[in-house]
Amino acid sequence: MLTVDSVTTGYGEMEVLRNVSLTVGEGEIVSIIGPNGAGKSTAMKVVFGLLKPWQGTIRFQGEEIGGLLPDQIVRKGMCYVPQVDNVFPSLTVEENLEMGAFVLSTPLKERKERVFALFPRLAERRRQRAGKMSGGERQMVAMGRALMLDPKLLLLDEPSAGLAPFLVDMIFERVTDINRMGVAILMVEQNARKSLAMAHRAYVLANGQNRIDGPGDTLLKDPEVGRLYLGG
Amino acid sequence: MAPELVRGTLLILPLALLAGRLLPAWPPLARVPLSLLVGGLAALAIALWLPPGVVAYLVSFAIMASIYAVLALGLNIQWGYTGLFNIGIAGFFAIGAFTTALVTTTMPTGPIAAFTQQWFGLGAPFLVGVLAAGAVAGVVALLVGYPTLRLRGDYLAIATIGIAELIRLIFQNERWLANGPQPMHGIPQPLSCLVREPVCPWLPAPLQAFFGPLAPRDYTFIYLLVVTLFVVVIYLALERAIRSPWGRVLRAIREEEDSAAMSGKDVASFRMQAFVVGAVIMGIGGALYAHHMISIDFSHFDPLHATFLIWVMLMLGGSGNHRGAILGAFVIWAIWSGTPFVIDMLRPVLAAISPELPARGPYLRLLFIAVLLILILLYRPKGLLGEEKTVSLAAAPGRSGP
Amino acid sequence: MNQTVQSNLGPRPLERLKHLLGSREALLALIVLILAGLWLIAQAQGIPAQRLLSLTVRGVMLGGILALGAIGLSLIFGVLRFGNFAHGDLMTTGAYLALLFIALVPLGSPLAPFSFGYEFLLALVLAMPLVGLLGYGLDRLIFRRLRAQKSQSVIFAMAALGSAFLLRSLIYLFWGADFLFYYTGRARPAIELFAGIRVRPDQLFILGLVVVLVILVYLLLEKTKMGKAMRATADNPELARVSGINTEQVVLWTWLIGGALAGASGVMYGLDTQLRPEMGWFLLLPLFASVILGGIGNPYGALAGALVIAVAWQVSTAFLNPAYGPGIAFVVMIVVLLVRPQGLFGKA
Repeated sequence: MLTVDSVTTGYGEMEVLRNVSLTVGEGEIVSIIGPNGAGKSTAMKVVFGLLKPWQGTIRFQGEEIGGLLPDQIVRKGMCYVPQVDNVFPSLTVEENLEMGAFVLSTPLKERKERVFALFPRLAERRRQRAGKMSGGERQMVAMGRALMLDPKLLLLDEPSAGLAPFLVDMIFERVTDINRMGVAILMVEQNARKSLAMAHRAYVLANGQNRIDGPGDTLLKDPEVGRLYLGG
Repeated sequence: MAPELVRGTLLILPLALLAGRLLPAWPPLARVPLSLLVGGLAALAIALWLPPGVVAYLVSFAIMASIYAVLALGLNIQWGYTGLFNIGIAGFFAIGAFTTALVTTTMPTGPIAAFTQQWFGLGAPFLVGVLAAGAVAGVVALLVGYPTLRLRGDYLAIATIGIAELIRLIFQNERWLANGPQPMHGIPQPLSCLVREPVCPWLPAPLQAFFGPLAPRDYTFIYLLVVTLFVVVIYLALERAIRSPWGRVLRAIREEEDSAAMSGKDVASFRMQAFVVGAVIMGIGGALYAHHMISIDFSHFDPLHATFLIWVMLMLGGSGNHRGAILGAFVIWAIWSGTPFVIDMLRPVLAAISPELPARGPYLRLLFIAVLLILILLYRPKGLLGEEKTVSLAAAPGRSGP
Repeated sequence: MNQTVQSNLGPRPLERLKHLLGSREALLALIVLILAGLWLIAQAQGIPAQRLLSLTVRGVMLGGILALGAIGLSLIFGVLRFGNFAHGDLMTTGAYLALLFIALVPLGSPLAPFSFGYEFLLALVLAMPLVGLLGYGLDRLIFRRLRAQKSQSVIFAMAALGSAFLLRSLIYLFWGADFLFYYTGRARPAIELFAGIRVRPDQLFILGLVVVLVILVYLLLEKTKMGKAMRATADNPELARVSGINTEQVVLWTWLIGGALAGASGVMYGLDTQLRPEMGWFLLLPLFASVILGGIGNPYGALAGALVIAVAWQVSTAFLNPAYGPGIAFVVMIVVLLVRPQGLFGKA
């Protein structure tokens, strides 16, 4: 479904990724892990059109999307949840969700209800300003917003960042729920252990290049991976 | 000695400086005598062959352009080197002009006193006036800068507009201060005794004889020398300052480079210093203006002539470049002074379009300059000369990842 | 490299005081204090209370006019992230465009009790969208290119300054420097409201129009998709793009609305006073002061700010030379910047 083929890119003159390749199949959860500065977030950004690939191709559902802008990619069925600043603070929860479906001109009631079914906490707080919510609630709003368009592929940039441990589990449970609904997930995660546990496949990036990849549980049990990337 | 020769001699230094800038970058040993030679020949040619009216006009032009150059140099420190958006140049300009006026004139006495008022009049010499002008402008900059410099650029901009307007209003409405809205007259001119009879008694006899043939209307030649000297001194001082550690810090602040040794407070302090230094120079420019015009009033310091024009000068010449500031001043002032002639020639065309248009010719000039600024910002924001390439310290430590 | 020695006395007393003073309540109290202070000074100078009341009412009227401009300016600040120094001259352009339209249609009789006829209303309705389009035109020609070049916000402000002089030069060229009026030789009687306060019917119309426009802006921002997208883009432009919001469309609407409001403001100002080429530039300082007082990016804050600034301005004319009017706005603005730069309702 998503094929990233030998992509090289960076910021300004500074190269961050070199010849990085990865794929995401229908309905899969794919995890990207690696040390800080490895370029994981950059990989996500170049897929979503926030960065232009210098070399290589990115294909989504058979179509070349490298170089397209985010608002075009969104229409093709891929949505993105950034790591920080991922809600509109002065808008209510409901309005945040509405913004997620900006490209649609159809009524949004059903879609909102689906999101609220997934995140009941948000239903209670639908008229609250997103900026006044806790970190976990904000993450839910951010993910809910990205789900409004029924994407086939959801990009999550460190969904558990800054969250208390029990919230981390909750978020990962939701991610699994979303995946069961048929949405493929590409996830960058610091919390390598947990993300490998739930991923169908995973890639390890270091220094902007592919290191290892394979099924999630294989990598989880791999002692090399464990020593280098899973920490204590 | 014929007056033309005397006038010509006075032109040598400015023209030599001009020649020096235009000549290729040869070593000083060759350049200095060559510039003097070229300048000398040009001076004699101009003085002897051009009609005196034309020469006088060119001298006046050069004086005003040089005054604007001083203002542009001040702005360059604030904007070109520190990135401060000061739209209140007119305020510092006015403060400098009126301060020197108050300091160097004497309180009116006798029948005149019934018609003109001023706060004080010290009758001090020219240089004291100029220094006072710079100092007062600097103090005002300190006061304005304190609440605004640590905030984003737009805030500083609107605050400087405000202070400039306030200053203008004060000079317009407070009669007791500087005779507003009436002009303040009688600002003394330095070395004016050189063109009077008898020539300055304190000069040795041969020099007295040299200046003898000059008539009072030749004073502009003397003043051109005075202003040129100021431009040169300020230029050299700023060039030195920019290459000093102080200057390097300013550049780093503008580039917003993270430097381990600098706290937020230090940055604010340096920005204040740059703001004040720039304001001091603008004050000096104002003083030079006052002594040139002899009489000044609030209307000389409106946002168009005393702020906007200078911005266009700096952006055209090249912000971050002292020579750019001077070049921009001369080019824009040439355009500004020259367009009335062009518009005069176009009078029949304009009248054909609309009978009122010829009288509104000056606004065509404004339209042109405004469009010019926008074009510069869009297509050549670095200006004609671009930024000055200066040797900087060892490169900043490498940044961490994205 | 030297490290600054950390003082172990905790935050200095001045900074602690500043923190206390920096709260919204403190700023509000300070503003109320300033307004009360102006009233008291005026009373001390022997100005009768009735005159003060009538000046306050006039301040509210002027505040409405100022608010239309300030709301637009705040919206542009929020979405486009720079100070639009051309905003005053957009107002001026609106005023003069209306003058042009009035001259083009046959003159009707005044609609009692106002001093204007149908042609004025027609001109207003035509001028507003035109100024909106003009603002958008400036954006397409100038600011969009600067956005593509990723210029600093100060460059945008400078380009706006250039645009201001450009617009003004055109007005000077077409209409000259004289004061002009929408209508000459028409009686403008005042009617009495209460407590001896006199207002002109025109001024009531202006106030009514301001209320209508503010309500429309509110409905737009809170109830329409584009309005919400504008608020979203002002919050976080990158996230807006990520969500699929067409930010160029948002920019278009911001200019259309901001410009239309500026145009309306200019026409109203022209109706209330007179038309002169410097009229908008003259209001630029009070406009920015209103926006800063209210909090940049918050249009309702801009409305509140405009009312405060205008009332303070009018009341101060009781004992100060009226020429210093914008000076009061400046003083209030400096107070805000010293105490709480994000204003009453802005984000920290």
